[in-house]
Amino acid sequence: MSANTEQSIMDSEGAEPVPGAPLLEVKDLFVEFRTRDGVSKVLNGVSYHVEAGETLAVLGESGSGKSVTAQTIMGILDMPPGHIMGGSIKFHGEELLKASDKRRREVRGSGIAMIFQDALSALNPVFTVGFQIEEQLRLRKGMSRKDARARAIELLDLVKIPGAKRRVRQYPHEFSGGMRQRAMIAMSLALDPEMLIADEPTTALDVTVQAQIMDLLKELQVERNMGMILITHDLGVVAEVADRIAVMYAGRIVEQSDALSLYRKPGHPYTKGLLESLPRLDQRGQELMTIKGLPPSLLKIPTGCPFHPRCPMVQDVCKTDVPPQHRLMPGRMSACHFAEELISE
Amino acid sequence: MGRYVLRRLLQLIPVFIGTTFLIYWLVWSLPGDPFAGKCGDRPCPEAFVAAMTAKFNLGDPVVVQYGKYMMNLLQGDFGITFSGISVGDRIATAYPNTIRLALVALAIEAVIGISAGILTGLRGRGFLDNLVLVTTLFLISLPVFVTGFVLQIVLGFELGWIKTTVSESPAPWGQLIVPGFVLGSLSMAYVTRLTRSSIAENRRSDYVRTAVAKGLPQSRVVGVHLLRNSAIPVITFLGTDLGSLMGGAIITEGIFNIKGIGNLVYRGILSKEGVIVTGVVTLLVMVYLLSNLIVDMLYAVLDPRIRYD
Repeated sequence: MSANTEQSIMDSEGAEPVPGAPLLEVKDLFVEFRTRDGVSKVLNGVSYHVEAGETLAVLGESGSGKSVTAQTIMGILDMPPGHIMGGSIKFHGEELLKASDKRRREVRGSGIAMIFQDALSALNPVFTVGFQIEEQLRLRKGMSRKDARARAIELLDLVKIPGAKRRVRQYPHEFSGGMRQRAMIAMSLALDPEMLIADEPTTALDVTVQAQIMDLLKELQVERNMGMILITHDLGVVAEVADRIAVMYAGRIVEQSDALSLYRKPGHPYTKGLLESLPRLDQRGQELMTIKGLPPSLLKIPTGCPFHPRCPMVQDVCKTDVPPQHRLMPGRMSACHFAEELISE
Repeated sequence: MGRYVLRRLLQLIPVFIGTTFLIYWLVWSLPGDPFAGKCGDRPCPEAFVAAMTAKFNLGDPVVVQYGKYMMNLLQGDFGITFSGISVGDRIATAYPNTIRLALVALAIEAVIGISAGILTGLRGRGFLDNLVLVTTLFLISLPVFVTGFVLQIVLGFELGWIKTTVSESPAPWGQLIVPGFVLGSLSMAYVTRLTRSSIAENRRSDYVRTAVAKGLPQSRVVGVHLLRNSAIPVITFLGTDLGSLMGGAIITEGIFNIKGIGNLVYRGILSKEGVIVTGVVTLLVMVYLLSNLIVDMLYAVLDPRIRYD
């Protein structure tokens, strides 16, 4: 995998790529939401990076900040109430947070594209699927109506929508859930992005359809050597497609690792809890493990390690000291005071 | 769509018969002698009453009278008044004035209402939003005759900017601006609020976020994706409103002395000219039913999720 990754960095082409810079690098991102109830600290120093051709899965419960990170990368965060308090987002080494509105708009769609959880509400109900794919081609690439239509049909074919010629004239509500998500993917690929952010792309779908969509995403990603951020709370989805995994909790990354090592030996009690709460066929009849308690309110994040009120391994130090990012091995880190012990258990 | 329209048109028949019969029956069965005061101070001569009773089928039961009236009406004959004036002619001279007034009112509603709604809907809370909310609340709480008389007195008598009455027929467009504003003020306030809430609701919707994520310019996100969706309830409201505006405005036409259909029906009621009242009201029922049908079809055109079949 790593050799492949290095290869793709060298191959990647951008507006003004900085040699050796990762495709996307998020560093120490801080975001807060100022609401009437107070200041909600949604992101508290999030850092991750994605290379071309690589899939990073971002795992976490609702409210852990995984979607907010993605929205900040795309520049579609609602501001207000959102405020970016610090950090950096570099695409090909270019700082996006300092880029002009015009430049950011250029990056959207053609540099980084995004697909959303609920394709029914994410697609505009009053325009045909074709129109919504074509408008980017016409506005951004200056294509004629006819060429854009032809390209839209090609894209629908690409995502394996049967009868693309007919489908292109239909409205989103005339599509089934899975087909709608495929159309959404086709739309996101219209400008040939180098990077795709998939925000819970299969959450609203049936299990069988979920697998088809994930396969499609994986296939397209490999074919086009795209970098992909897959946001999900479903560990089952992650296992098959992710190269690396970042686990988020209360607006922080608590563990980052390659997928295999993480499944084999989680380096954070929260990850361990998540893995243990997966139903397993070889443990039928046994009670399912759960992580006790609820995710903390972001208005009042616990002192020390934010996970300590729910942690089975909690010690006194966890209540007072914020754990640093322990580098466990190259490419693997955990924000737990006892990460080494967990790994060597 | 075709079958739906046909079904709706068929549905119009019983509604049309029901409403017009009710009107006919109400007008002609009103207590009081239709010939009272028609012949100066003296009661009308027997011969006149007998002739008129025969001419207007007043001797028949109401249902038969109604049937005969409708048969004539379907052939385009609105009948004549007691004094021998053709009701059709009266309507033909009055209706253009009402249509003009309705169009002016609708234009004012649409232009001011939608612009104010879009502006406040996009900007959210703030001075402008509060100003518009208070103004619209003010307009909604004021009865039309108050707005009408106040504007007539202030702009007409005190400042002399406008003519206080519009006596010409057909009424000149310029003179209809203030009456149009009076007539449209209430709906204008509703249009403003409807647009505002519709824009504010859709502004944060997922598909607007998608449009931004696609890298579309702000003007296109708002002008195409946001407006197209927010316009659906507003346009249907305006359509329905045009239907009722076409029905004439008794109060506004009365205040500004516009010789429209509202004025005609009002005078018809006062002078117990049953033929005028039934004729005009029948026409209005038809206009209203048809405009409702058009609005329903427009709704399906605007929102592809709605399909009639």
